[in-house]
Amino acid sequence: MSQAVASRPAGESEFGYVRRLRGWLGNPWGKPRFLILVAWGYIVWSIAPVVVAVQFSFNDSRSLSVWHGFTTKWYTSTDPSIDSVLHSAELRGALSQSMKLAGLDVLIATPIGLFLALGLARWRGRGSGASNFLMLFPLVTPEIVMGVSLLLLFSHLLTFVPFGTVAQVLGHVTFSISYVVVILRGRLFSIGRSYEEAAADLGAAPATALYRVLLPLLLPAIVASAAIVFAISIDDFVISQWLSSGANSTTVPIEIYAATRATPQPSTDGIATVIMVITLLSVVAGVLVYRFFTRGESGRGSAVDDVAGFGI
Amino acid sequence: MYPRWLWPLSALPGVVWLLILFLLPFYAVVAVAFGSVDPILLTAVPAWNPLNWNAGWVTHVLHLLVPGNIYWDVFVRTCEYVVLSLAGCVLIGYPVAYYIARHASRTKSLMLILLVLPFWISYLMRMLAWINLLSPGGYGLQFLSATGISSALYHLGLISDPNNYLGGQSFTVILALIYGYIPYFILPLYASLDRIDRSHLEAARDLGASPFRAFWHVTLPLSKTGLLGGAVLITLPMFGDYYTPNIVSGAPSTSMIGNQIDLYFHGGPQPTIGAAITILLSAFLMILMGYYMWTIHRASREVRA
Repeated sequence: MSQAVASRPAGESEFGYVRRLRGWLGNPWGKPRFLILVAWGYIVWSIAPVVVAVQFSFNDSRSLSVWHGFTTKWYTSTDPSIDSVLHSAELRGALSQSMKLAGLDVLIATPIGLFLALGLARWRGRGSGASNFLMLFPLVTPEIVMGVSLLLLFSHLLTFVPFGTVAQVLGHVTFSISYVVVILRGRLFSIGRSYEEAAADLGAAPATALYRVLLPLLLPAIVASAAIVFAISIDDFVISQWLSSGANSTTVPIEIYAATRATPQPSTDGIATVIMVITLLSVVAGVLVYRFFTRGESGRGSAVDDVAGFGI
Repeated sequence: MYPRWLWPLSALPGVVWLLILFLLPFYAVVAVAFGSVDPILLTAVPAWNPLNWNAGWVTHVLHLLVPGNIYWDVFVRTCEYVVLSLAGCVLIGYPVAYYIARHASRTKSLMLILLVLPFWISYLMRMLAWINLLSPGGYGLQFLSATGISSALYHLGLISDPNNYLGGQSFTVILALIYGYIPYFILPLYASLDRIDRSHLEAARDLGASPFRAFWHVTLPLSKTGLLGGAVLITLPMFGDYYTPNIVSGAPSTSMIGNQIDLYFHGGPQPTIGAAITILLSAFLMILMGYYMWTIHRASREVRA
């Protein structure tokens, strides 16, 4: 018996494995195992590199690829030979510039986008079609084209706009407005006009109907768009780079880019980790607020659907 | 119930903002590209009046764009990178989106959260992560050589050095482009696959279609909008990309159109040529942009109806 197994040629048993593997993957009555492998494989592949980058921000060495033990010195060290996230003027400056741009972007782009969404959703008349078209354009324009055009605008035409924070905020708001409009417009259409009409029938003045009826209904989508504006502003590299004025308006993505072109250190991973944690916290906060406002609503309207449905 | 002037007035600030900071800047690019160059300072002198336009610089760039000249090579390389990355995104992204939309039942919300997670992680950080993985001694490099992938890639001629992925390898640039842009491709595709009514598929199967035919004649056509939308959504920024090849390669041999524009503004003294390339790139991308805006427009009309 055992002799018979041993005398079987090696190639045949290998073929048996392959056939069994194929049978396991391709069984039409079982789970779609091939798809499960691809899907989870993709998810691991999409996240594992970032986990490794976070790991190496705690590396007790200057190496970004060979592990030498755990340390938090790249975040907290006061040693002047180490550019730690908390104590290097350059990295702290980049962090605060990123936060400043994102905060100002949310404060300016959200209200402008809200009014534009309301206007575009309900204004029927001359110019409304063209305005709709104009609003969609920034979503599909490659960022480098926007960067070049704003750079040339501020250096040849609107020369009173200084490069640095002012120009960067103007640029960020320009590409953020359309995201706010697209998200809010979807919500506006799903709300419809009947609630406001009911309010008007019951004697509410137009201003009251807007403020007491429409605004509360729109609030979840306003929160969602503010969170998205914050995240895309923090993430932006191209516009910030083209409109920066040098060291004092360097953002975190510009800092990461510059480091990868020279010699990235664990503190580069560290500053990237810090900004990622800030973004994730703001998104979680946004989702929680969104859930709170939409609790009790029936149907499948989740934040993911709201955003995914518009291909952002 | 509302006064007629209310909605145009409400749209006004946003429209004025976009006119001044989105449309006007395009005109500035045109004016610089069709302008002249100061002979001493070598700075751009824009021509604001169309009557004074000088097409010299645009035709200069166009001459370099014909086969055999420098920009032709860059243009062809950019198209190759974009097409190969797009193919990679479709091959990886379609099964993933399909599985999550159709088969993931209990794990669906978890997978969706993990699917949108890369959206909230800075693109630059995700590129930096690959520097960690592919630097000498890095986990990625170890994995690739331990599994024999490195030597296979080397023997297939896809990389020129199995130990150096970060020095001018087209393979790495395409891998990085796929990694960077695939989340933006999967999400719209998932949304369109998720919207497909299962009864269509059941009908196809009841009428005797094999699983493959049901997929080919029902699922695939119904997911066309998401597939094309996602493809356009990542193709446009890939054509304007310059930072991805700079970060994972940095060599002139992997330079894309975006790198040429970047060079003329940040490295070289000739923004006029940079503006001319920008104009030509925008004209080339106009077709894709038009298609995408048409689909968004149609989708929003359907929502309204």
